[in-house]
Amino acid sequence: MAYSDKVVDHFNNPRNMGSFKKDEEGVGTGMVGAPECGDVMKLQIKVQNDTIVDAKFKTFGCGSAIASSSLATEWLKGKTIDEAQKIKNTDIVQELNLPPVKIHCSVLAEDAIKAALADYQKKADGALIDAK
Amino acid sequence: MKLPIFLDNHSTTPMDPRVLDTMLPYFVEKFGNAASRNHAFGWAAEEAVEQARKQIAKLIKADPKEIVFTSGATESDNLAIKGVLEMYKEKGDHIITSSTEHRAVLDTVKSLEGKGKAVATYLSVDKFGMVNPEDVRKAITEKTILISIMLANNEIGTINPVKEIGKIAKEKGILFHCDATQGVGKIPVDVQDMGIDLMSFTSHKMYGPKGVGALYVRKKNPRVRIAAQMDGGGHERGMRSGTLPVPLIVGFGKACELCEQEMAKDTARLIAMRDRLEASIMKALEESYLNGHPTNRLPGNLNISFAYVEGESLLMGMKDIALSSGSACTSATLEPSYVLRALGVGTELAHSSIRFGLGRFNTDDEIDYTIKKVIEIVTKLREMSPLYEMAKEGVDLKSVQWAAH
Repeated sequence: MAYSDKVVDHFNNPRNMGSFKKDEEGVGTGMVGAPECGDVMKLQIKVQNDTIVDAKFKTFGCGSAIASSSLATEWLKGKTIDEAQKIKNTDIVQELNLPPVKIHCSVLAEDAIKAALADYQKKADGALIDAK
Repeated sequence: MKLPIFLDNHSTTPMDPRVLDTMLPYFVEKFGNAASRNHAFGWAAEEAVEQARKQIAKLIKADPKEIVFTSGATESDNLAIKGVLEMYKEKGDHIITSSTEHRAVLDTVKSLEGKGKAVATYLSVDKFGMVNPEDVRKAITEKTILISIMLANNEIGTINPVKEIGKIAKEKGILFHCDATQGVGKIPVDVQDMGIDLMSFTSHKMYGPKGVGALYVRKKNPRVRIAAQMDGGGHERGMRSGTLPVPLIVGFGKACELCEQEMAKDTARLIAMRDRLEASIMKALEESYLNGHPTNRLPGNLNISFAYVEGESLLMGMKDIALSSGSACTSATLEPSYVLRALGVGTELAHSSIRFGLGRFNTDDEIDYTIKKVIEIVTKLREMSPLYEMAKEGVDLKSVQWAAH
């Protein structure tokens, strides 16, 4: 199977690969997938004043899974929480020109975004309750 | 050194230029039909076919009359299994085979089962991928008419104790078919000594052309009969109709002759290169696991799982080396390798496997390059892997509640 140029580019030059400390303030972590399924994505966002100022990923998976999560971090940076919620897997499919058998990689990336946002929200709500 | 490097010699092999040379006259100049008995064109073709039959038979210690030409090993497997089941249906309908056979055997058996024409026992293998001959003995029933066990596995290269299985088959008077696609030409094969009654093999796995294979069908002790699966002109003593592809057969014959002459030399070279590849990779990369038998396997085979990285991404990172992986992402079924699963390899490690298949034309330079590339890409992808990060932090990955999808 041939990969699109964009998948190859993200695979060879992954954007924002790495990790934040999970307990760092303003960091939300999403981990989705399972090793036995052949893909696990960890996606992290760093939020200040409702805006995602930084994002990082680590992925165990095929080239398309790595590219999908790399692209997701690129898109997340600079977006507000509300804007980030609106990223759809179909956008990723279109941008990376993923073939049908690789659509699940984009779904996983969307799940990872949602999970990171939810984790951030949970921590922020918790901090709010603690402050009260 | 030229890129890309071909290290996928279990899928197919490049044709030996010496094989091509022997084939060339049989396309334009000597184009006759080997079945034309009444003119010089036919005689020349027939002579060439019979010469090839001798070369092929010699490699496996058979009689030339026991060689039936087919289009390849898949057809040979189909012809052997379906042909025996149909011919001996009065005697029984039970087949014994193993869970790590090639799809050409497994799907043929399943197709017969689906039609109600056969009942099958699928023997499991040990952690090295080997069938236990005693399991074969125990699985035999009054209705067993065929045992079909492969010589060497196409993924992990493990060589089965075929001779012991052949002995049990003889003892019990049951026919023994061996899918020897990966073994013939690579390791010594002797159908007499191994007690094989039917054997499938193909030309393109041993530096010959694609599109031609053979089924060995024993003529004496016992005389094996099979029902033809294709109707037509009654070629190949009625077992396989269809005009013989003379140039391909000539090439197949030459390929067998070369394998016979050069086996000792090829084997020594391949084992040296393969062992160096294995040792260098294993030394540099922790948590790399060999799949298959540590010693009793094909000379050119090396199958390794690299924990925490996924196979398809490994292949993608080594684009200039042609390899294969047991990862689901590289298979049509989206399931990881059933062979590795049958060995008890965990699904996650099956996803992380790479098969290196070395052949006659690989060089030491290519192996050096491959060692360097493998270490580079595995290291890079582990840096990128959340699983590796967790393992380094001391998290037990088995204890994590994964959101399976």
